[in-house]
Amino acid sequence: MKLTLEIWRQKDANDKGHFETYELDNVSTHMSFLEMLDVLNEDLIEKGEEPVAFDHDCREAICGTCGFVINGVAHGHMKRNTVCQLHMRNFKDGDHLVLEPWRAKAFPMVRDLIVDRSAFERIQRAGGYISARTGSAPDANSILIPKDQAEAAMDFAECIGCGACVASCPNGAAMLFVGARIAHLAFLPQGQPERAERAKAMVAAMEQEGFGACTNYTSCEATCPKGISIVGIAKMNKDYFNAKLFSGGNLGGKD
Amino acid sequence: MKLEAKIPSGPLADKWASYKDHAALVSPANKRKHTIIIVGTGLAGGGAAAALGELGYKVKAFCYQDSARRAHSVGAQGGINAAKNYQNDGDTVFRLFYDTIKGGDFRSREANTYRLAEISNEIIDQCVAQGVPFGREYSGYLANRTFGGAQVSRTFYARGQTGQQLLLGAYNSLNAQVNAGNVDVFERTEMLDLIVIDGVARGIVVRDMVSGEISSHFGDAVLLCTGGYSNVFYLSTSAKGCNGSAIWRAYKKGAAFANPSFTQIHPTCIPHAGDYQSKLTLMSESLRNDGRVWVPKKTGDNRPAIEIPEDERDYYLERIYPSFGNMVPRDVASRNAKNVCDEGRGVGPTGRAVYLDFASAIERLGVDVIRDRYGNLFEMYEMIIDEDPYENPMMIYPAPHYTMGGLWVDYDLMSNIPGLFVLGEANFSDHGANRLGASALMQGLADGFFVIPNTLGPYIAKGKHPDVDPSCAEVKEAEKGAKDLIEKLLKVNGTKTVTHFHRELGITMIDKCGMARSEEGLNEAIEKIRKLKKEFWSDVKVLGVGESLNQELEKAGRVADYFDLAELMCLDALRRKESCGGHFREEYKTEEGEARRDDENFCHVTVWEHMGEDQAPQAHKEELEFEYVELTQRSYK
Repeated sequence: MKLTLEIWRQKDANDKGHFETYELDNVSTHMSFLEMLDVLNEDLIEKGEEPVAFDHDCREAICGTCGFVINGVAHGHMKRNTVCQLHMRNFKDGDHLVLEPWRAKAFPMVRDLIVDRSAFERIQRAGGYISARTGSAPDANSILIPKDQAEAAMDFAECIGCGACVASCPNGAAMLFVGARIAHLAFLPQGQPERAERAKAMVAAMEQEGFGACTNYTSCEATCPKGISIVGIAKMNKDYFNAKLFSGGNLGGKD
Repeated sequence: MKLEAKIPSGPLADKWASYKDHAALVSPANKRKHTIIIVGTGLAGGGAAAALGELGYKVKAFCYQDSARRAHSVGAQGGINAAKNYQNDGDTVFRLFYDTIKGGDFRSREANTYRLAEISNEIIDQCVAQGVPFGREYSGYLANRTFGGAQVSRTFYARGQTGQQLLLGAYNSLNAQVNAGNVDVFERTEMLDLIVIDGVARGIVVRDMVSGEISSHFGDAVLLCTGGYSNVFYLSTSAKGCNGSAIWRAYKKGAAFANPSFTQIHPTCIPHAGDYQSKLTLMSESLRNDGRVWVPKKTGDNRPAIEIPEDERDYYLERIYPSFGNMVPRDVASRNAKNVCDEGRGVGPTGRAVYLDFASAIERLGVDVIRDRYGNLFEMYEMIIDEDPYENPMMIYPAPHYTMGGLWVDYDLMSNIPGLFVLGEANFSDHGANRLGASALMQGLADGFFVIPNTLGPYIAKGKHPDVDPSCAEVKEAEKGAKDLIEKLLKVNGTKTVTHFHRELGITMIDKCGMARSEEGLNEAIEKIRKLKKEFWSDVKVLGVGESLNQELEKAGRVADYFDLAELMCLDALRRKESCGGHFREEYKTEEGEARRDDENFCHVTVWEHMGEDQAPQAHKEELEFEYVELTQRSYK
């Protein structure tokens, strides 16, 4: 099939950037979206033009490296998908597709479709973990976790940290991402001792990075490739306010 | 070349404990004076960075990804082995050790493999403490599944994303250490060379992949945790960025390379579809727990799978290997898939696929149980192939997945270059000629969290480690070499893309040095590789400059190394005149077509030494001695 691609090209953070239009013939319906871009890039290189830079790695929808906006939707129009697992059979001959990088104040531009997501790193480093010193753990089965609770933790742990939630949010908020990490650890008994501190530290780091606030658009949940629920945001808010109100107190695992 | 494995004396089960009893220690006040360089942040590198940070070392960790959490350990699906015996089904540390060494076709060290099995239990404890949400029973106890090459259920899992969850656990621990000020992480930074001063590893040269800046970092030890080199085949289950350049450049600086031809072709991957294909997608081995592998009995049977009656199907694994059936190890499953396709009984549009059928499991357990166990894998399959695996059997075919070969290390995980340690898939140590499922995650975490914190100490404690002079000749030369290579790549300005050459190399390698190898084919491959390398250096086209983000330049540097690595793989495969594990030489097979080992002549590790550009490398041997395991013809019948 034939496609028209309008792709954001920007040399680096200082460049103003612009859209460039490319016509593609013979796109196979079995290709993934990134394989289609590979073919475009091969053509560009052979013509002596610099290829389109885009982030990608595992191409199995698990590493969270890839992602850009296709016709206004992060990772494209298919639900629960990343661009590396989005296949061309989901598009029509003659489609006109506009490709843009994640656009958010907290994600500075790097080049073309690549942005700098290091703000996510700093939030996770602020407290998104359990401090379990190597070698000090008790036998694994000494911590019993009801199956539904373990499954709930896993539902949030599945977040791949791609940043689509931020790109989709009109406010550029990172709350689905932060909420997912907080909820993952809050559902587990091992996560309780640091639960209050974790919420305070991660929320503070998030605000410092310049992410926006949540005003319940829920477009983050709608575009999340892993279907992370906004319940995580509620969980984060609850832990945060509890921690702020009862400063330093142990929140316990009673929910 | 001196190759001392430094295996502790004493009974097998006591070696590790007695090693720790007598290992020299570094005092807490002194640890912070030592900088440790770690390249790669997967389970091995991320785990090592976290554990060494906890001990108080000053750690600098490097990864090419934009986050340490994206290292390709993240892609592992099925699970991680441990000898917990939570199922009361007769598992022990010895049994896990035995299964692993037998699975590797008796080509790994007893002591290393035993230590791995021993540590497996601590790993599960540690992961649970970190918050890894492993699968559980309704009682709240941990659940297990069965993996290939074992008759016990010892595999722990987190849905089909075990690698992701374990990596997040390690990443969280790493982050805690970054927050504590003990670890610095350098993302989007690629190692270009190893700095060796007075025969000792003292640092690395790196390139900032955004600015293009070349710089050097120094330390008292360098840990390479950079994974495997399956991408030498172009199409593999590895991430696109996975590469062999860090270990290859260390090899060129004098580190010995062991068993480069020992590579694993994983049996259950989504088949190849077209020329544009950029990678192969794995379908977890755990699927073989409930899926039955078959092809039509007749050649050229083009009927849709569901129209082929039961008695015209050949469930060949169950037929040939009645005791292990569909759960035979990966090398055996892959080779048999190739055989039936070679016979013309393959299915799908290309004829290079076999069925993995869940119909009888769905009938026995109900569709909900199957969805609960493998839902995300079925979803992924449907997304790629556009066919519903609940209705039609899956089509699968083997794909390059893991490399057992790697840099040679001793019991301490130190290479023959003092101060250079190699962890995880990047070393050669634990899996012999074939790795069993669910043991890569085990090794990565064992090496990173539990082995290196104990084996680094003695090296640091015993040496002097003077400060490195950043303007010394060794540093300047390494930096110049890295810059020259970039310039050379940009200067060719030919007509063909890097990917063109990589694809061509991959076709040769999978054909001649893949699931079956022969003297004739390997010699042909070497000739082709040399020709291709020549063409690359005269006709590759890499646009742009070195001083900015340049993804084509990154690829070009990696592919340039693959030519030489591919040649060494072929040389190693030629030299090993036997079949063992994933290394199958057509000339050496039993009457039944199984791998025929030659323990008399090849019960050793082949260790290659780089002798200079365009010089033939030299092969050395580390003899393998088996005290506790009897070498037998590996049988899964």
